[in-house]
Amino acid sequence: MSESERLISPEAVRHVARLARLALDDDEVALYAVQLSAILEHFDAVRRLDTENVPPTAHPLPIENVLRADTEVPSLDRATVLAQAPSAEGDRFRVPRIMGEAP
Amino acid sequence: MTAQPAPGFGAVAEIASAVRSGELSARSVLEQALRRVAELEGDLHCFNTVTVENAMADADAVDDMVRSGIDPGRLAGVPVALKDNLCTEGIPTTCSSRILAGWLPPYDATAVSRLRRAGAVPVGKTNLDEFAMGSSTENSAFGPTRNPWDTTRVPGGSSGGSAAAVAAGMVPLAFGTDTGGSIRQPASLCGIVGVKPTYGVISRYGLIAFASSLDQIGPFATTVADAALALEVIAGHDPMDSTSLDLPAPTLLASLSDGVSELRVGIVEDFLPDVSPECRASVVAAGEALAAAGAKVEDVAIPEVLLGLPAYYLIAPAEASSNLSRYDGVRYGLRVDGPDSETMNSRTRGEGFGAEVKRRIMIGTYALSAGYYDAYYGQAQKARTLVIRAFEAAYRTFDVLLTPTTPSVAFPFGSKVDDPIEMYLCDLCSIPSNLAGHPAVSVPFALSPDGLPVGVQVLAPALGEALMMRVAASLEAAAPPGVRGPVTP
Repeated sequence: MSESERLISPEAVRHVARLARLALDDDEVALYAVQLSAILEHFDAVRRLDTENVPPTAHPLPIENVLRADTEVPSLDRATVLAQAPSAEGDRFRVPRIMGEAP
Repeated sequence: MTAQPAPGFGAVAEIASAVRSGELSARSVLEQALRRVAELEGDLHCFNTVTVENAMADADAVDDMVRSGIDPGRLAGVPVALKDNLCTEGIPTTCSSRILAGWLPPYDATAVSRLRRAGAVPVGKTNLDEFAMGSSTENSAFGPTRNPWDTTRVPGGSSGGSAAAVAAGMVPLAFGTDTGGSIRQPASLCGIVGVKPTYGVISRYGLIAFASSLDQIGPFATTVADAALALEVIAGHDPMDSTSLDLPAPTLLASLSDGVSELRVGIVEDFLPDVSPECRASVVAAGEALAAAGAKVEDVAIPEVLLGLPAYYLIAPAEASSNLSRYDGVRYGLRVDGPDSETMNSRTRGEGFGAEVKRRIMIGTYALSAGYYDAYYGQAQKARTLVIRAFEAAYRTFDVLLTPTTPSVAFPFGSKVDDPIEMYLCDLCSIPSNLAGHPAVSVPFALSPDGLPVGVQVLAPALGEALMMRVAASLEAAAPPGVRGPVTP
């Protein structure tokens, strides 16, 4: 097994896919285990960089919180928005159940 | 292959001026565009949607205004193409993804509404790599766009449809987005001008987010002046985008022909070993041209720019993994049902996203996950600081910097798409400007031995657009004939 194959195992891929809510088939899991390992290995220069006393940059320009005036303005029409939903009922989006069955 | 020069539309300012004076109708300009689209779209696949009826109505409205003595604006009657990640009210906006198939945005992006308010006529939505992730348009769920210079080769990406539409003479002006090079790289590969403005100069309200600390909207045109005019029209503060800079639109055209006398130009050495001979040669030739025009040109080493690529490929996927979490099958787009919500979410995303989008979501989620955050994402953010500091130091000595736009000319379909790292390397020279939030422009400057266009890139510090476009205009004036579109495949 090569260095890159050890970096991210198929189990780790399944774990990350679960966190990202991505249903992957077995072929995808195998492919991504190899590819993600190779990508992270290729970009490993960043992990090994000496960054002592270097602050992180999250955003390229200094920006502050921006607030609009506290006045009522029209928002999108509810019917227009719900018309785009895969499933709606009344004034709401409809989804499958989110909890397990009650015992 | 052997592309032939095509007549095109002429200067955007001249089209608008003729339409404003009533000498030319917006309808006739639009018909020219639609004829060209009809002629070439089958070969090139630039568009996901061509909005013929809306465009006709918009063009007629412009002509009605002229007849009523109302000035339609600085882009009167100019047909424009819009990358399909810019929201257009009631018109499909897909990001070239199955997950948004059928979705109709309830509003226009600010960039789109400003174009229409200036009299421009949108003709359609252009193809892209899915969610703007890619450098070839091969990641589109609807099939790739072909390069009008050689239809066996990619147009670049992710804004490949917009670049190819301008390069083929379908429209004189198009818009794209640039997160790591997605305007400049396809502009270079298609022999046209492409600009990524300073972060915050153009409102992103209504742009479907990929990596929010990097994304910018910008224009494609066949000339520097056309691109500068487009920027003047769509730039400027927008209260609907909290990252929009509270500044008026920059003035670019007024100083475009001021020349480069005494300007200090640095040729960034660090990319040159990693680019093809023709890309290296064109940067050297561009430096010589600027020196001949009176600039002081020197080589400069900025080794930190090479941290850009690895930092970007952790930061951009991390931001994407967060931004794309909204595609969950609940509010819009595709839903693939399941017995419970989590299964529905996962199946929808598993079927709705293509391979590259899933790959980036996975990289980003991994880089942000417990135990890896500091080692990957945190380190990448610190590398970003080092890139920014290195640029700051360079701009104490130089007014602008010169680099290749891309490591190679347009490549054949299939040659990189199965090797993600090879594809990511396409962004080597363009990424540092995104990390720094700085403006950059690609200008056609040479042809390869195979007759393919080669662009060079001018970089400037934040809000340095006026100077940058001046340098670009000097390069354009010095470029040999035949290096730019429009062409007929």
